[in-house]
Amino acid sequence: MSAKDNFIKVKHLYNRAGFGISYADLHKLSKKSIEKNVAGLLKEAKDDSISLVSDTESRRQMLVQAGLYAKKDLTDEEKKIRQEITRMQNEVSKDLNIAWIDKLINTTSPLREKMTLFWHGHFACRSNEPLYAQQLNNIQRTHGLGSFKTLLVEVSKSPAMLQYLNNQQNRKGKPNENFARELMELFTLGRGKYTENDIKESARSFTGWMYDKDGAFIFRQNLHDEGTKTFFGKTGNFDGENIIDLILAKPDTAEFISRKVYKFFVNDQPNEVHVKELGDHFYASNYDISALMQKMFTSEWFYAPENVGTKIKSPIEFLVGLSREFYVTYNKPQILIQLQSSLGQYLFNPPNVAGWPGGQNWIDSSSLMLRMRIPSLVLNDGEIDFSGKADPEDEAVIALNKNTAANKNSKPKSYVNANADWSKFLSTFPKGISPTELTSFLLQPKLNDKIIKMVSNNKGLRSTAVEITSMPEYQLV
Amino acid sequence: MNRRNFLRNTGFVAAGSLFVPAFMKPFEALALDELSLYKNLVVVQLSGGNDGLNTVVPFGNDIYYQKRKSIAIKPQEVIKLNNMQGLNPNMAALQEIYDQGWMTIINDVGYPNPDRSHFRSMDIWQTGSDSNQFLSTGWIGRYLDSNCQTCKFPYTAIEVDDSLSLAMKGQTKKGIALKDPASLFNNTNNPFFKAVLQNDQEHLDEDNLGYLYKTMIETQSSASYIQNTSKIYQSKFTYPSSGFANQLKTVSKFISSGLKTRVYYVSLSGFDTHVNQIGQQGNLLKQYSEGMAAFIKDLKNNNKLEDTLVITFSEFGRRVEQNASSGTDHGTANNMFVFGGRLKKQGIFNDAPNLSDLDSGDLKYQLDFRQVYGTILDKWLDVNNGEILNKKFNTLDFI
Repeated sequence: MSAKDNFIKVKHLYNRAGFGISYADLHKLSKKSIEKNVAGLLKEAKDDSISLVSDTESRRQMLVQAGLYAKKDLTDEEKKIRQEITRMQNEVSKDLNIAWIDKLINTTSPLREKMTLFWHGHFACRSNEPLYAQQLNNIQRTHGLGSFKTLLVEVSKSPAMLQYLNNQQNRKGKPNENFARELMELFTLGRGKYTENDIKESARSFTGWMYDKDGAFIFRQNLHDEGTKTFFGKTGNFDGENIIDLILAKPDTAEFISRKVYKFFVNDQPNEVHVKELGDHFYASNYDISALMQKMFTSEWFYAPENVGTKIKSPIEFLVGLSREFYVTYNKPQILIQLQSSLGQYLFNPPNVAGWPGGQNWIDSSSLMLRMRIPSLVLNDGEIDFSGKADPEDEAVIALNKNTAANKNSKPKSYVNANADWSKFLSTFPKGISPTELTSFLLQPKLNDKIIKMVSNNKGLRSTAVEITSMPEYQLV
Repeated sequence: MNRRNFLRNTGFVAAGSLFVPAFMKPFEALALDELSLYKNLVVVQLSGGNDGLNTVVPFGNDIYYQKRKSIAIKPQEVIKLNNMQGLNPNMAALQEIYDQGWMTIINDVGYPNPDRSHFRSMDIWQTGSDSNQFLSTGWIGRYLDSNCQTCKFPYTAIEVDDSLSLAMKGQTKKGIALKDPASLFNNTNNPFFKAVLQNDQEHLDEDNLGYLYKTMIETQSSASYIQNTSKIYQSKFTYPSSGFANQLKTVSKFISSGLKTRVYYVSLSGFDTHVNQIGQQGNLLKQYSEGMAAFIKDLKNNNKLEDTLVITFSEFGRRVEQNASSGTDHGTANNMFVFGGRLKKQGIFNDAPNLSDLDSGDLKYQLDFRQVYGTILDKWLDVNNGEILNKKFNTLDFI
């Protein structure tokens, strides 16, 4: 294989397994084989938990909340305390979001964070309690490349998920089926692989799986249904872990997870032959996630033309990739929350338990236009016009007027307030790199004549970079 | 704005490209659909599975009180509509609308073999599929695909939201999602983007890149049209301050400015009330009712209520019996609301749900939701419902 081919392959690998790669690192790493690079990515995937939310403070708040919750009539003072706790929780939730996106941008374990992002969408969950949200995020990070069974059990026992899918209310004689249904429909098997009766019986098996007032998992024996259950044709006094084992015993589960991994890392349109290959390997490895990833990243089809530069970036891949590529610092990181929300992927706030649908669903008229504006806003510390606007009439007039400079002072401004480290960015390239070469590095899709023509007229590398990242082609990875 | 001025202003903008102010043209030259005879459909989605039995309360039925010991709405609190059903007290804002004859309640709407998963049931409602059928296009999307005279453009269907629902996606045509017309217009008219789009024919294939270019081109032309048409209109009407009311206010602006859009889509979420339902659902019903009442009155003031039909649905109702956590679990059939100035049958359309004849704890549906869609497609959007819904559904007499 030629050095140039390996350069392209390694670039693709780091774009999909992580959030991109610098030219200098790529130059170095492309001297090594794909196998070595994959091994390196897996080895570098250190577990580095987020510890932003304080246990003691959160527990203190939860205790106060529980006390107030039990009371019938609250005094004004107590109402104020309750509101204040809610306010603090909202604030800490935002801080947690920023802590994670900061980690995504600065991590030296890109594969681990990419996996965490994958599981974050797979085990989609919302929690108003930031401590629980942080716990679940750390579970997905710690076990994201380990045993899928451990991951599944830990997620199922996490207060965030117990709360979100109402297992806290699932008790003997009064089963709540929410968790049992989503466990099979979305987390393991997919629709059509179980019956309504399997849901009823497994819901009974998960009765008593709860969390206590300190936010720790607890199995409440007295609320657990000890009766006989029939699940997937087998009969016994099953508990939750027995149900999870029976679900994992089905190769359908390995295939379902493999298909989802394939759609996330390879192509929106799954190739069923490749999915089957992955599923068999995953099942045979006893659900070792690293083995699955290793198999996928070293498969020849992973580097086939139809799988390179053809996937629409998720908003997080787009924002994190851009920020890593240009060494961006956000002086007001809250803007990152606003951008996530406007682009349709607000971390810790998936639309529902099915997660973000992905693929072309990321793109609608308005989100596409915003995506293409963001590079100029972030890299040029430009104006942003999707919030804090005054009269819409004025905006339209300004836009119609080609000579915007004259009108600039009359336009209400709100800045992204970010700094790209241009000298660091440019220092990663060899001296004398041409705008066309820079373009072919920044874009994953193959260059066409129109783009080459557009950039060859360009004056400098910096303006080339801003233009290239504002093109539809930059939305693909 | 009086009617004469309104016509004139609309003419100026909509016919701007003809260089002739509309009021100077002979009346015959005015396309009828540019005037107020243009019929609009507004779809309101309540996401999460709204509990229909605590929305339209069957206070005349003892079974309701037996099954819902801690969450039933007391008879004295219900806003009574007849001697069996009444509205949740948080819906007081809609009483006037109801009394004016601008509201119809259709009871027990559902479909055979109901699915209790949010995602699946929402897909079924948005695509108009059977329970065991998987469609990747929405019912409004297929209406756009049908190439009817008035559904050629992405702005034929507008969702006032950040992203586009499956309901609005057809095979070849899609609606457009926007929260604010001016910012979309600003975005699309950037000179650089115009340069990117110049002479770009090669990208218009079926792959992801082609999809991005196609979306960009359509967005640019739609944004210009929507902004230029709607900017002349400013609503004088006061809406409550909620996100939902804001969405409706935007829709009203679009309708009243004479936009050639036929379908609008808005949604309100948070109805998945498994735990402590009373307060949570009450807040949402209040937001819904106050927003909707303002919207209907605003349309009435602008003489647009006659040309507008509003429907409200949720992906399913909830179990008749409450759960142990003062909430309700996923159920089946549910009520739908219809609003408009030309309702044929006003008030309560059909019998209240039969609470003594249940299907393992769930309501049996009386009417298929596709009969409601079919009625709208046939009688309001003037297309043959069999072509959109893949089989012909009998229509109902609410319009």
